[in-house]
Amino acid sequence: MTPDGPPLRTTEMEPEELLKRDVAASPAPPATGSTAASPDADSAVGKAQDLDATPGLSVRLEQLRAFYGDAEAVKGVDLEFRANEVTAIIGPSGCGKSTMVRCINRMHEEIPGARAEGSVLLDELDVYASSVDVVAVRRAIGMVFQKPNPFPTMSIFDNVASGLRLSSRRRGEHSKAAMRAKVESALRGAGLWEEVSERLTEPGAGLSGGQQQRLCIARSLAVDPEVILMDEPCSALDPTATLKIEELIEELKTRVTIVIVTHNMQQAARVADRTAFMLDGQMVEVGPTQEIFTKPSDPRTEEYVTGKFG
Amino acid sequence: MSVPGASAPQLARFAVSPARRRTDRIARGAILTATVVALIPLVLIVYYLLRKGLGSWSGSFFSTNPTGNTFFKSSSIGGIKSAILGTVEIVALASAISIPTGIGVAVWLVEYGRDGRLASTVRFFVDVLTGVPSIVFGLFIYIVLIVGTGSTYAGYKGALALSLLMLPVVIRSAEVILLLIPGALRESALALGAPRWRVIFSIVLPTALPGMLTGVLLAIARAAGETAPLLFTAGATLKTNFNLGQFTNSLPVQIYSDVTSPTTAVVNRAWGAALTLVTMILLLNLVARLVSRRSRLA
Repeated sequence: MTPDGPPLRTTEMEPEELLKRDVAASPAPPATGSTAASPDADSAVGKAQDLDATPGLSVRLEQLRAFYGDAEAVKGVDLEFRANEVTAIIGPSGCGKSTMVRCINRMHEEIPGARAEGSVLLDELDVYASSVDVVAVRRAIGMVFQKPNPFPTMSIFDNVASGLRLSSRRRGEHSKAAMRAKVESALRGAGLWEEVSERLTEPGAGLSGGQQQRLCIARSLAVDPEVILMDEPCSALDPTATLKIEELIEELKTRVTIVIVTHNMQQAARVADRTAFMLDGQMVEVGPTQEIFTKPSDPRTEEYVTGKFG
Repeated sequence: MSVPGASAPQLARFAVSPARRRTDRIARGAILTATVVALIPLVLIVYYLLRKGLGSWSGSFFSTNPTGNTFFKSSSIGGIKSAILGTVEIVALASAISIPTGIGVAVWLVEYGRDGRLASTVRFFVDVLTGVPSIVFGLFIYIVLIVGTGSTYAGYKGALALSLLMLPVVIRSAEVILLLIPGALRESALALGAPRWRVIFSIVLPTALPGMLTGVLLAIARAAGETAPLLFTAGATLKTNFNLGQFTNSLPVQIYSDVTSPTTAVVNRAWGAALTLVTMILLLNLVARLVSRRSRLA
């Protein structure tokens, strides 16, 4: 723990970092004085461990539409994910939750024939702007998938270091010592350090399912993202491992904004500050979790959270 | 779960019928017969290779070139040094050409071309290429590089013919393995901010490597045993040659010319050379498997 807390990056630095360096006609950085990341900044510094944490950034979806070929999976969603909060997205299978989340870090476009319209604003920057480097977007917005998927050919250490290595612009961008420090802090951040510090050179695939998922969280933490998207991160885990991940989410929101897709309404109620209910590609209702589960304003939300369908 | 005192009719419900037993026995017998029939030629090949080939193995068999002198006493016919080294050189060059190219094509098919029209066309031609008889590749190189340029046989021309032969085998086997790599692995690397080429080089290819090795070895083994593409591309010669721009001897061509000889000692040399070829491929297989197992654990 550093007594006076790690230095904060200024918010107006972020979007510049996201822009391709060699794009001549890059738009001017967004207006300064944006305070999107500040509300929780103080507590974030206080709680952050020995990580060089930067506060999370807000994400705003504006008229987001996503397609698979001609099929429209997300039909014009407006939604804000507030900085350093946990937002849960609930809804029946096939309602477009995952697709919507995959649009945020532009993973949706990796599927052949898939495309997205509308805009996704990270703080003030539209990640779909033509001058924006998709690689930088994905470094800023990390992702944890449904099934734990550590890289099978890599050790625990290399798995965590992989994000830094795979996205570094040149060889030796990170010194050995710096890499070790990053890996340790990411593993501590994911609550896995105590369990694996003695066997960092063993294969990541040898860990238990829950440990593997925390390894994947550590892997995405290592590149210092501002936002982490979790697509049903616990659906392949047992209750004990799920509990660990949920506790971790609570700790992580001091450093990142978290968006979690979940099928499990109890989980949404346990971890989320705000909850959004989606149905058939549309956003039905979003609000404080407590409100969505106790007094939703839309009858469809009420039917869903009380288990009448879905 | 046996129920004490279960009634006889109830037991009869679960009893295996005699007809069922009979069918089972016949089916098992048929499968066993098929296995034995398939094994007979394999065992015989190994048996004859060892029986006839081992006799001609000796120190000088591996360390001297064939003399070309086949009508006098057996000690003067020489060994197969030039053929062994020539095969190693030609197959090494053919592998150096076809393995990177083939894996490159497979990566393109799986990671970029996918189900597009161009990719389907490439797949179709690769399939056609797989079925082309090996002599046609030799003929192609002969017409283009020997008749076409008005020059003579050379080791590198043989290697080119073999690399054409290996290419479709490498492409198809590598493609199958690449398709087995879970998409989630690529996605999680992409989501870490890795550019596509980094995902391919750092995640996809290392994961696929042990699997691709099998296909690559198969291609090498097939190429190493081919006579037809080498006969009129690399030619046949007696002397050991490290310059692939000249005539280069090879084991299959040596075997081909020896086995038609009227001299017993020379025919025996063909058996010895055949055993050598099989042993070389076996050793290559073993070494490659050991290396890949070690790299997987690391």
